[in-house]
Amino acid sequence: MDQDRIRNFSIIAHIDHGKSTLADRILEVTNTVTGREMREQVLDSMDLERERGITIKAQAVRVDWKGHELNLIDTPGHVDFTYEVSRALQACEGAVLVVDAAQGVEAQTVANAYLAIENNLELLPLANKIDLPQANPDAAADELAELVGDTPDRVLRVSAKTGEGVEAVLDAIVERIPPPAGDPKAPPRALVFDSAYDQYRGVVAFVRVVDGQFRAREEVRAMAQGTRFETEEVGFFSPTMRAAELLEAGEVGYVVTGLKDVAKLRVGDTLTSQARPAENPLPGYKDVKPMVFAGLYPTDSDEYPQLRDALERLKLNDASLSYEPETSQALGFGFRCGFLGLLHMEIVRERLEREFDLDLLVTAPSVAYQVETPSGERLEVHNPADMPSERERVEEPYVRASIVVPKDGVGQVMELCNERRGRFDHMEYPSPERVLLVYELPLGEIVFDFYDQLKSRTRGYASFDYDFAGFREGELVRLDVLVGGEPVDALSLVLHRDEAYGRGRALVDRLREEIPRQMFDVPVQAAIGSRVIARETIKAKRKDVLAKCYGGDITRKRKLLERQKAGKRRMKQVGAVEVPQEAFLAVLNLDGGKR
Amino acid sequence: MTAVRHLYVHLPFCAHRCGYCDFVTVVGRHGLHERYVDALLLELELERAMLAPRLETVFLGGGTPTLTQAGALRRLLGALPSAAELTVEANPETVTPELALLLRESGVTRVSLGAQSFRPHLLQVLERRATPDDVRRAFYHLRDACFDNISIDLLHGIPRQSAADLELDIGEALALAPEHISYYELEAKPGTRFTHAHGAELAQQAEAMEDYFEIVIERLTAAGYRWYETANFCVAPVRAGGRDLRARHNLAYWLGRDYLGLGIGAVSTFGPERRRNTPRLNGYIAALGRGERPQRELEALAPGVRALERVMLGLRLDEGLPLAAAEGSLDRAALGRLERLGLAARRPGRDGPEALLLTPRGRRLGGAVTAELLA
Repeated sequence: MDQDRIRNFSIIAHIDHGKSTLADRILEVTNTVTGREMREQVLDSMDLERERGITIKAQAVRVDWKGHELNLIDTPGHVDFTYEVSRALQACEGAVLVVDAAQGVEAQTVANAYLAIENNLELLPLANKIDLPQANPDAAADELAELVGDTPDRVLRVSAKTGEGVEAVLDAIVERIPPPAGDPKAPPRALVFDSAYDQYRGVVAFVRVVDGQFRAREEVRAMAQGTRFETEEVGFFSPTMRAAELLEAGEVGYVVTGLKDVAKLRVGDTLTSQARPAENPLPGYKDVKPMVFAGLYPTDSDEYPQLRDALERLKLNDASLSYEPETSQALGFGFRCGFLGLLHMEIVRERLEREFDLDLLVTAPSVAYQVETPSGERLEVHNPADMPSERERVEEPYVRASIVVPKDGVGQVMELCNERRGRFDHMEYPSPERVLLVYELPLGEIVFDFYDQLKSRTRGYASFDYDFAGFREGELVRLDVLVGGEPVDALSLVLHRDEAYGRGRALVDRLREEIPRQMFDVPVQAAIGSRVIARETIKAKRKDVLAKCYGGDITRKRKLLERQKAGKRRMKQVGAVEVPQEAFLAVLNLDGGKR
Repeated sequence: MTAVRHLYVHLPFCAHRCGYCDFVTVVGRHGLHERYVDALLLELELERAMLAPRLETVFLGGGTPTLTQAGALRRLLGALPSAAELTVEANPETVTPELALLLRESGVTRVSLGAQSFRPHLLQVLERRATPDDVRRAFYHLRDACFDNISIDLLHGIPRQSAADLELDIGEALALAPEHISYYELEAKPGTRFTHAHGAELAQQAEAMEDYFEIVIERLTAAGYRWYETANFCVAPVRAGGRDLRARHNLAYWLGRDYLGLGIGAVSTFGPERRRNTPRLNGYIAALGRGERPQRELEALAPGVRALERVMLGLRLDEGLPLAAAEGSLDRAALGRLERLGLAARRPGRDGPEALLLTPRGRRLGGAVTAELLA
């Protein structure tokens, strides 16, 4: 296809502003999906593909509109994947920026808009949900125009639900988004903007061809990672997988690689031909590293093999998930898992629990610390329990956080950011009613219930987005919790020195409430190194008997005893102390839930 | 199957149902006393074949056995098989000189007097009808009738019971010099009227009352009583002319013996079976009137269950149980741990086999220790 007749675009939006519904409607209006095939949220649904024996989800769909080839490229939906979002955007020349006309501009709207602008995309601002009684399309149009530097009359007004205005969106895509401008004659280059794993075909790469052409049965190389493979098939989704003879400059499609490991082909890499290689890769490849870590343990230790298998299977499709076996005295066998961010962690946890039916115990999330020991050795520490007690300096990751909040919530947000060692950067006014606050915050502060606090202190109105901003030195200490003199490795934390006492006290108090009295006194302590900063004692039980036990009581007494024994089996052993799993849960929730 | 040598007879009638009580009781229905005794005797005939010709113990419990009309009670006692120990439970307000004599003449060897407390305000909380004077008077009537084995039942952990109340109760009981004392912790069982009324208060006082059990043990042992079972004390043989004053009937339960229970709600255990009679008075009388066994709930005791119960019950005793009898149900590693914590012990038997027992502290924590010991 002549590049002039190709348009590549994404739909970007704050969560729940109607991105998927708009995508569905576009497939319908362009007759890509017939009425019978039409399902709600086609792009997000895997059922359709499953029925056809294809297990991977379309990340880009080709549709025809008035003699043009339009490629709709899906972007990962949430804040942890900024880098992935930016790669998907790099595959486009334009983006439809969707805002819920009843909600207005939110933090992810702003973040996505900036990301699109950084990637030099033509932005088509769109006010969605104009059918809603509470919608205010004029106000939304004003905010959008202000945000993207356009005039309100150019903001598209649409109801993706009813279909109103959707054809005008397609016309605007053709008119306003520029065609691709690669060189069809140059050595081939294609950007990998996503990949998926199919159990029969191996890794399938989603690519945007920038220069030249790609065909099946061709030797190809990933330029950053150096991975080589022979293409087994090339093609595109419309909406199902369709093989094509070739993919040429400007087009979007897939390449079946036959690779067995998604980690061999990372998002952002550039494919080129082995026979006629390009000189330079496309710009912007980054090796994304996990930033948030947590221990995942099966509640029932017998489920350890199932957890291992489940992680293996998730990893096939998620190159950014990392895990390694870990043993905790208190929690048994589990895995230390690395995630891009908190949402990524939540998604993985949810999938493990829902798709694999596992019951998990998750330790307090921690971040990656860079530590320099007195001997000059540099370590990256992913588990607070591994933090060496002797250290020269510790650096922790910082993020640049964008928070959009109605203006009467600014005070609360600033207060929260200050409590969390935030450094104010600047403030913007995307609309008269709304303020964008930009702070630099330690990621370690974000992983403890920051988002919940933000929501509760602004009655749910604040929205939040962040991006990694580098490592900085911090005055950090390791806080250990000891039960009966034994450190409970799963409860160790790294935190700022100033917060150690408060959190240590809270942990000790909570554990004292949660651990049942034993047959002996049990000290519960919080300590930094050998210095105990908080202590409580769980006094020994002085009696534990059933008063009466005669002929008619024996069965009842035996049942009580059996229940008591069953309860003991669910206990975790810390030294000689029996700690119910719920105690760990309560304490781990304390980290996530309240301060 | 060896013949059963322990018989329990349930007499459910009460003048009033105390709030904390969860036994099978019947209030009023005086007209049924005679017919109930008829039914008991019919049930006895139906089960007679399993009883040994001479029993070791018979126990009349309730309810308030001594509330049963004198004629009916006399007839029942007369018809029961004879036994080395025949115990009757009595409520103080029912014990007149005449009743004491009736019991004595009917061959009763031991009376268990349900005092519960000597403090008027606590008796009120418990909804007991007797006054402290009634308790003392009842005791003297029994002594006057030449009973030389009287037990007093007391409760600790009553709502609003102060440490001073407890001391006073112990002092009053010791002043009467009974041969035997059962001292129970009040159990507020879920769903009872009592728990509804006092549960929250009890939970609040739980910590303050935690010492009471220990105080009871200390005081009574200091006064020469043998703490032979978790909640039971008897005058030590050295102070009783060598007599073993333990309640032999109850001891049979703790030694895991077979027993037969007659009457509504009564439980029997023999071999691999436990059964509980219907708690319904009319149904019970009607069934036996037709010459049939009353309706029963059967519980099949799986292999190993009796042995496990033997350990559970045996560890309530100061002498423990033969280690060999516990072997099959024991967690050896746990035993070692508990021995190191000073909660359990193994002792060479005086002339018998090695015994497994709990130390005094272990016995106070008996529930948890037993749960840990059993594999």
